Amino acid sequence: MRRFWKSGDPFIWLTGGALAFSLVMVAGLVFLVMVNGLGFFWPSRIARLTLTDGKQLIGQIVEREKIPQPGASSEAPARYRNKVKVGNRDLYGADFVWIDETNIARNDWPAEAVLIERQEWGNLYGFIKAVREEDRVVAQGPVEGWQVLQARLPGAISTFKGIRRIEKQEIGAINYAQEKIRLRIKKLALGGQEGSPEVARLQKELETWAAKYREQEARLALLRQSSRYTLVVLAAGDKEKELPLSQIVRAYRPNSMGPLAKSGMYLSKVWEFVGGEPRESNTEGGVFPAIFGTIMMVMIMSLFVTPLGVLAAFYLREYAKQGPFVSTVRIAVNNLAGVPSIVFGVFGVGFFIYFVGGNIDRLFYPEALPTPTFGTGGILWASLTLALLTVPVVIVATEEGLAAIPGGMREASLALGATKFETTWRVVLPTVMPSILTGLILAMARAAGEVAPLMITGVVKLAPALPIDSFWPFLHLERKFMHLGFHIYDVGFQSPNVDAARPMVYTTALLLLLIVLILNLAAILVRNRLRKKYASATF
Amino acid sequence: MGEATPAEMVVNVQGGETSVGTVHDSERAYQRVRRDSGIQGQTGDTRARMEPMIEIRKLSLKYGEKLALEDISLDIPKNQVTAFIGPSGCGKTTLLRCLNRLNDLIDGVTISGTIRIGGIDINDPNLETTELRKRVGMVFQKSNPFPKTIYDNVAYGPRLQGMHNRSGLDEAVEKALRAAALWDEVYDRLHESALSLSGGQQQRLCIARAIAVEPEVLLMDEPCSALDPIATAKIEELIADLKARYTIVIVTHNMQQAARVSDYTAFLYLGRLVEYDLTKQLFVKPSKKQTEDYITGRFG
Repeated sequence: MRRFWKSGDPFIWLTGGALAFSLVMVAGLVFLVMVNGLGFFWPSRIARLTLTDGKQLIGQIVEREKIPQPGASSEAPARYRNKVKVGNRDLYGADFVWIDETNIARNDWPAEAVLIERQEWGNLYGFIKAVREEDRVVAQGPVEGWQVLQARLPGAISTFKGIRRIEKQEIGAINYAQEKIRLRIKKLALGGQEGSPEVARLQKELETWAAKYREQEARLALLRQSSRYTLVVLAAGDKEKELPLSQIVRAYRPNSMGPLAKSGMYLSKVWEFVGGEPRESNTEGGVFPAIFGTIMMVMIMSLFVTPLGVLAAFYLREYAKQGPFVSTVRIAVNNLAGVPSIVFGVFGVGFFIYFVGGNIDRLFYPEALPTPTFGTGGILWASLTLALLTVPVVIVATEEGLAAIPGGMREASLALGATKFETTWRVVLPTVMPSILTGLILAMARAAGEVAPLMITGVVKLAPALPIDSFWPFLHLERKFMHLGFHIYDVGFQSPNVDAARPMVYTTALLLLLIVLILNLAAILVRNRLRKKYASATF
Repeated sequence: MGEATPAEMVVNVQGGETSVGTVHDSERAYQRVRRDSGIQGQTGDTRARMEPMIEIRKLSLKYGEKLALEDISLDIPKNQVTAFIGPSGCGKTTLLRCLNRLNDLIDGVTISGTIRIGGIDINDPNLETTELRKRVGMVFQKSNPFPKTIYDNVAYGPRLQGMHNRSGLDEAVEKALRAAALWDEVYDRLHESALSLSGGQQQRLCIARAIAVEPEVLLMDEPCSALDPIATAKIEELIADLKARYTIVIVTHNMQQAARVSDYTAFLYLGRLVEYDLTKQLFVKPSKKQTEDYITGRFG
């Protein structure tokens, strides 16, 4: 036994076991998220359930579970129930129903059953009854109706997109310009120049913008009228629903789709998720603004945290006289990493938003007050707060890197007549670069996954605009933004429709993991390139 | 100086030296050397022509309270190789690092006495250490190339001095690498990492890097201690070549090496200079019992 212990084998088993355990835990987590998330986009079959009491249901069976029977003997046969997504929230009030399997009399999958994803009210399940153009019936019945729908839908969707574009871009630009002019007028008024010719000129300009606005409004009205087609759907329970084609995001008949068509539909839905805007209080549609916000916030944070952390580490390791004081500072910095992140958030609100932002508003944007410009949560303040939160990571990594540089390297440079600064700049900094990047990787991963401090420093459930757009100065650091981590929390716990939102939670979590992975891979790639450049070889 | 007073150290020099020293200044310099340095020996020829590059007078150095060097006075001749030998911890590296003021980096070091290099007091507070270090290059015990390309390593010194035009740098790099006998091995991979070189090549690269600055003095701190015999032989050959242009001071714990490469040898023991003489003289006929014990391997 002693020999066995001495041989070191148990230690190898122990180390391997620890690694395996960690891997299993992480892989299990990712697997769980993937299983629950990725299936969400698959267009599964629509079932028509006829219950024993004669009622009919149309929907997708999403879950099957054993009914708990407390107190029943173990011999009693297990009973199951199905969770059916019946959609039609506007007709039934709820998206999901639980059906006891013993209550199902018949179950079939009609080929004509159609699933319609709508801009509002979620999915619609049923059979096409007719397609109408105003009061005239264009097509009747599920088969013909489907064909006409296929023909008309692309036009309707593009019209809808055109309307959206005008609303968002053209009218958005007009609003933006008008707001700017109003603020300028107000600024002049604050300066006591109410009667100046400049104000009159601006007023005139405002009127031309108002004219442009009316022009666009007219265009919109015209476009809205052009989409006159409506679809009449017969839902389960003999309910009828008529909806304009422009309300449809996509319509498909999963029961008559082959695997290839289903895969295509799957990809198109994944694409919508990644590249689209959210709908229905975030429970449907895409998460693009959140992806954009997350990445941008991490980037801005990196811009702040890297120089700050690196400079601090350089002072601590290269210039400060090592002693009890520096050791204390070092311990304090390390402990900073353990401060709850919400505390940083509170600090961000108190210092950055109220103090710094409030003063910026008073000095530079007095015309907009009492509406705050920088004196409210925004992507800049959120990034700065996270930079503070992650700066210990960068400091520690950089310091470790500096400590690992052989003293001979510095002496060699000094012996060549370099000053301390030249040595630091030309020899130490390039050598420590990989360590800095390691710190940055850790900081970015931490920041991307952080939620609590963001909730109070600028993340919102639904941001009206991205922090980057086509209006000068293009980068709007004062704007509020969306974040994937907060999105998960919001959709999962704040949503009015939790059952419908749950798959979104998983897919968003998966996406967040993916983004962290991509950001890290990018940094690792850079680090490895640097390492390769200075590849160390043994004698 | 232990038991030897300066007066004792000036051993009778046989005639003829006055006729050699034609230049009045060098004659005076030599007289000064004779008067207060520790050079001993019988053959006057070499010493007669000797022009001191480095003059160390009554140098003492303390690390905090610990005395590391005590009352050292010696003259190091120009364009010659001078070796410092002695057992570990005797202060030979400390003495070497006094010559380019690298000891300044260590906290709590106090130095007394004077060191003049080329007639300039190097501990003068008005003297920039960077200027001194450009004149006094150094090669370290452990080869320490920067994690940059071979080219950038050699060009480091010239760039510090503000040389940035490409052709001038190319020329300086080639010249230094040729002088360090490394050019033929690396000319086709100048832009690869210096860390991809072998240990001996790395050490020669460090020599090239030091001489690219065109110093007057080259300090070498056990440059071969981490190298195999073949690499060592190459470096020793190189030292013999470099002697023509640089004053070389080498610290070594390898007595054979000191005997092979140096013209003068100083034996240090416990922070004191025990004996300083022509290498031939010191190894063949040491005047001190301690020296003899050390070089015959009885201690140390």
